[in-house]
Amino acid sequence: MAVQSIAVTGRVDIPAIVKEAFLAAVVTFALSIPLVGFQTVDVMGGIDYVTHFDRVAYAVVSVFIGRLTLGWLKATRATTAGSGPSAASAAMARIAALASEYSLPIGAVGLLLAVAVPFTNNYYIDLGTTVMIYVMLGWGLNIVVGLAGLLDLGYVAFYAVGAYTVGLLSVNFGLGFWVCLPLAGFFAAGFGMLLGFPVLRLRGDYLAIVTLGFGEIIRIVLLNWQSLTNGPNGIGDIPRPSFFGLPFARSAPAGHETFAQFFGLDFDPNQRTTFLYYLILILALITNLFTMRIRRLPVGRAWEALREDEIACRAIGINATNVKLSAFAIGAMFAGFAGSFFGAKQGFISPESFNFTESATILAIVVLGGMGSQLGVVLAALILVGLPELGREFEQYRMLLFGAAMVGIMVFRPRGLLAHRTPSIRLYGKGAAS
Amino acid sequence: MEYFLQQLINGLTLGAIYGLIAIGYTMVYGIIGMINFAHGEIYMIGAFISIITFMVLASLNVTSVPLAIIIVLAVTMFFTSVHGWTVERIAYRPLRGSYKLAPLISAIGMSIFLQNYVQILQGARVRPMRPLLRGGITLLETNGFAVQISYLQIIIIVLTTGLMIGFSFIIGSTPLGRAQRACEQDRTMAALLGVNVDRTISLTFVIGACLAAVAGMMVTLYWGVVDFFIGFLAGVKAFTAAVLGGVGSLPGAMLGGVLIGLIEAFWSAYFTIEYKDVAVFVILVLVLIFRPSGLLGRPEVEKV
Repeated sequence: MAVQSIAVTGRVDIPAIVKEAFLAAVVTFALSIPLVGFQTVDVMGGIDYVTHFDRVAYAVVSVFIGRLTLGWLKATRATTAGSGPSAASAAMARIAALASEYSLPIGAVGLLLAVAVPFTNNYYIDLGTTVMIYVMLGWGLNIVVGLAGLLDLGYVAFYAVGAYTVGLLSVNFGLGFWVCLPLAGFFAAGFGMLLGFPVLRLRGDYLAIVTLGFGEIIRIVLLNWQSLTNGPNGIGDIPRPSFFGLPFARSAPAGHETFAQFFGLDFDPNQRTTFLYYLILILALITNLFTMRIRRLPVGRAWEALREDEIACRAIGINATNVKLSAFAIGAMFAGFAGSFFGAKQGFISPESFNFTESATILAIVVLGGMGSQLGVVLAALILVGLPELGREFEQYRMLLFGAAMVGIMVFRPRGLLAHRTPSIRLYGKGAAS
Repeated sequence: MEYFLQQLINGLTLGAIYGLIAIGYTMVYGIIGMINFAHGEIYMIGAFISIITFMVLASLNVTSVPLAIIIVLAVTMFFTSVHGWTVERIAYRPLRGSYKLAPLISAIGMSIFLQNYVQILQGARVRPMRPLLRGGITLLETNGFAVQISYLQIIIIVLTTGLMIGFSFIIGSTPLGRAQRACEQDRTMAALLGVNVDRTISLTFVIGACLAAVAGMMVTLYWGVVDFFIGFLAGVKAFTAAVLGGVGSLPGAMLGGVLIGLIEAFWSAYFTIEYKDVAVFVILVLVLIFRPSGLLGRPEVEKV
């Protein structure tokens, strides 16, 4: 169905465009008649169907007109100047390059805005906390997917390990959040090693499926190991994080002070939400800082080299398995941190929160933002997590648009919105190799 | 022994269904080297189209069961293959020659899209279907335990075997099959020799979708319930079957499917039913670690 609409003479070949549009309309008709035209509905004691042939007609007509317009635009543009999708793509590439060049000032402005969020209202603080969790997860997964090029579809497993570490340790052994936080990272990294060791020899797409399987295994085990995890009912009453031992509560147990008493403030429940927001902001920033620094270290360089060409890396003596394993474990560790924060913030965790959709969301954030781009992750997290929260009525279309956006961005910008390859070493100018 | 035999029959039926889906994975992997993550969703769409067709036929007063099955089969295969073709056209063809993870991510996006598309259109609730065929043949009966093979199971196994024979014929001795195998070996060379590569790849997706549609219809008949999420697990299991048999090998896909079906049936019967999915995933991991080329696959040599 290639567009052969440019005649040799340079004139627009109208019959070809119409034919093209007609074919598209026929395909749309075949696609929409069974699933759009007939809708199954629940009735007493079974199901029945209702017909929506009007919707089929709308779909067919709009595709026909859309395709006609598109074909017309393509043909007229092609006869005048070489523009169209390639021009849009080039513009996006320029924006990405600019964003990469001015990443420092953009980051600073973003940070200022992030710090200012608690001065708005409660709703935005809550939303900000949720977005920040995803930003942190995105930055963590960016190490695995963006830098090392290992497609991990089970990242949420490590998030779950972190959350359950906090849940189990605090409920069973009475450990506080600040003790559990490093332990959660440690356990998650351990799980990452455990999984990574046997499977990292696999090729990219096999690895994706195995990690997906691993994520599902963790979820099924959490769901069925009733005696430990309380199954689908989850773990409740996880103690909230304290301010270095000062709890956020109206009154403290004897011999202790609350946060408000210690600083001589009046008790206000918003103090905790504000504190939680700043906590996740700091955790996320640590993730970011860590990534930025480790990228410049030999192991970080090896990750990116491995992503580009594994055979060449082996040839120059890089131990591919160990390098991949380190990326996997470090990525898992940050997911563990984020998970422990999530568990302590919610006070309740259940396997429901750790399904494949969650993994796909995090992956979408990394991919759409631009693999390897730290700013892109923030942008994508704001778009994918923040926007749907603001527009609740779009809730049921959220995942639909998600999927469509993943396909669309892969087709038009396979490396993501803000993907831009900064040269690691320059021959001259700032940061030149000597 | 009787219990064992009964599980064997159940496992074979399940395996036939997985095998049909697995062929779609293995063919697509063989020809363009990508995991068609949305294939499980194609199967789910097939199941939905078949349940809708059954309902429409019932309201048109088509009472003959064999006639209904044949009509549903034809309708489902046609409309599902249009979906398969469109998915390839929209999400994969523009990415040919792009960097290696792009098609896989696009496929994941497609899978999420199709799942939610069906959920929005057809609702999130489980769709039950009135059983079309009851009863079966009792093979042997001892101590009050009857080993039974239901008519549906017979239909499923016979239909799958028939499709496999027809399908092997298509791949083995028709011009389309020859073009398909040529593209699998070397796409550039095939194109130079006059094979229309784009069309061959499209047809591969159409064939894969047809087989997935048959599997979808069988599941609708066999279990009687369909929902928008069935594609995910079935897809992963069928992919496991494809890997187990050796990705790229058609008999391997069928063998892998049957093995996975048997493992699942026996695991549910003799161990814990909750962990049957875990068993399948563990097998996937073990096969990939110890025998990445699968049971019947050729070892892959990576060339620079």
